[in-house]
Amino acid sequence: MRPFLLVFTALTLMALAFWAYRENYATQSALREMQRMQTEVAQLREALTLQKAEWAYLNRPDRLRDLVALNFERLPLLPLEPDQFQAVANLPLPPPPPPVLDRPLDLAPLDVQGILPEEDPL
Amino acid sequence: MIRAPLRPLARILQARAKGENPDVIERENLRLRAEATRDRARARAEGRLVILGFAFFCAFSVIGLRMGVLASTDPAEPKAAASSTEILTLRSDIVDRNGRLLATNMVTSALYAHPRQMIDPARVAAELAAIFPDMNAEDLQRRFTDGRSFMWLRRKLSPEQVQAVHDIGDPGLLFGPREMRLYPNGRMAAHVLGGASFGAEGVNAAEVIGTAGIEKALDARLRDPGLAATPLRLSLDLTIQAATTEILQAGMTIMNAAGATAILMDAHTGEVISLVSLPDFDPNDRPANPTSGDPADSPLFNRAMQGVYELGSTFKIFAAAQAMELGLVNKDTMVNANAPLVWGKFRIKEFKNKNYGTLSVNDIIVLSSNVGSAKLGLMIGGERQQAFLKSMGFFDATPLELIEAARAKPLIPARWPEIVTITTSYGHGMSASPMHLAAGYAAIANGGVTVTPTLLMRDRVPEGTRILSPAVARTSIDMLRGVVTDGTASFGEVEGYEVAGKTGTANKPKKGGGYYENKNINTFAAMFPASDPKYVLIVTLYEPVDTSGSEPHRTAGWTTVPVAAEIIRRVAPLLGLRPIEPLAPDPLVAARN
Repeated sequence: MRPFLLVFTALTLMALAFWAYRENYATQSALREMQRMQTEVAQLREALTLQKAEWAYLNRPDRLRDLVALNFERLPLLPLEPDQFQAVANLPLPPPPPPVLDRPLDLAPLDVQGILPEEDPL
Repeated sequence: MIRAPLRPLARILQARAKGENPDVIERENLRLRAEATRDRARARAEGRLVILGFAFFCAFSVIGLRMGVLASTDPAEPKAAASSTEILTLRSDIVDRNGRLLATNMVTSALYAHPRQMIDPARVAAELAAIFPDMNAEDLQRRFTDGRSFMWLRRKLSPEQVQAVHDIGDPGLLFGPREMRLYPNGRMAAHVLGGASFGAEGVNAAEVIGTAGIEKALDARLRDPGLAATPLRLSLDLTIQAATTEILQAGMTIMNAAGATAILMDAHTGEVISLVSLPDFDPNDRPANPTSGDPADSPLFNRAMQGVYELGSTFKIFAAAQAMELGLVNKDTMVNANAPLVWGKFRIKEFKNKNYGTLSVNDIIVLSSNVGSAKLGLMIGGERQQAFLKSMGFFDATPLELIEAARAKPLIPARWPEIVTITTSYGHGMSASPMHLAAGYAAIANGGVTVTPTLLMRDRVPEGTRILSPAVARTSIDMLRGVVTDGTASFGEVEGYEVAGKTGTANKPKKGGGYYENKNINTFAAMFPASDPKYVLIVTLYEPVDTSGSEPHRTAGWTTVPVAAEIIRRVAPLLGLRPIEPLAPDPLVAARN
């Protein structure tokens, strides 16, 4: 019994040592990876700040106004006017949709003058 | 366990035989027994002490070893802390009420030199002078070779300049990272933002500090590391600010004015939607503070806050409103306004020496009668007048979050004799800034409850104090509406928005005393729409002249009012205000759409 216990303990110790060795290296590599990613996040944040600033710079009101003036031919944009707030009644109605032909028209009942009979073929 | 008997018979008998007292033997045995007990207890206590001592020895050894390890190893940041990425920028951004960026940070480089490590100072000096036109090669070479070991060369470099300096390739030239404040919109809202510069500078970092405006007033908030990721949200609206600036700039040019300012304020919350002061400057390249001349001529001068002048007839509505609130008059009470009013050695006259005779309170406002207002002021009396103006904030600096606001205090006469009561009732004798006027008109527009002006977006409006009853506020607004429909501000009518307001024309004071005859400060204080005022607009033009007609016009009705009307026409739709009654569609626009 005793030799078995001794061998078993030695094997367990070796297994644990191997496990601890691997854990140590895994931790170190995880820390390195995290540091690399933190640097990357910092760089991306910096780039994002710069791009936000550039976006704001490119969209500054002065520049947009100049662009609108330059491109007046293509996009005739004018400042918002009070009379553009209108009552619904003043809006032109959309044109009625074209009739849908879902079955062939039966033209037979047309009389000679081209006047439709009472019943609508649609 | 066998205990030793206390009275062993053999010894007792022996003692008795010798005639000794046997009790002595018992006592001795008792003593021996007690000593044995004591020895056992001591041994146990000693054992315990040894164990305890060993434990302490172990604990202190561990602490000592740990201290030794800490002292002998190199210091290192704990790698696992993940919080360091959150705070990258040191100063928080500033955005407008819709989240559009007004101020942000940009990473750039500063250039410094270690002349002792320089290989070829002459070549470096020549090449640096080629990159930076303001550097002098001979001067640089002299400074590189005079034995110093460190010198700053540039505070901010563009990426192209960094590359060019890299290409020189000298080990004595070094870069330090810098965070720079950037205002992407250029001149827009320059007076609100102010500007920033570097405070304490080191090689690896420099402190960015605000130098003016909200950057300085809220410096502590902007630099708070806990709030660095949260942008500071202002109440300004960039779109409306841009539209107001554009129109005001055009109006200033047309009216030949030396300067102009416009304030648009939410009448219920006190939020300043737009604040323009012209001429303006670029906060990215803030000019130096003027060292000579009138500070008011510098573009840095914020006319909306620092332009403390007599505000003229715009004050008349305060006298009328207070007189009505006190029950002294109502809208239709007739007041003797025969001009001129002689008071001691002073003669109070009307504009162009008119004489209106007897006027109703309503007509005093509509026709802008100085004498009528003076009479109302006299009815109210100096003390009550002061208390009323004080409750509107005219006696203190405005609480706006700008460093200039706290420094620009209204000019109040030290004593308040009756002549000051008279002149104050029509806006002379005491001086205040347009922002004070905006707060005063906002109190009327808000139904008689004061509002606190602010530049920060508000979720909760602080409760104001009621200074006018709702009915008096309503009547005052109707009277101001009358000024636009039938009075001095007839150019202020904007179809659909029911503008109500009051003009004010004051002469510009001379430095040494007295007034310029031909230099006016023209103000139009307006609110719209009159049926339910939502916004207050103050427009002031400095020294304007309208030369469109045969003779030059210098009054507010001819100069400031048309500019203000145009601002309202442009800005009200942007604010989402529908016209009170839908206007007939413009046939041109309708045809095109």
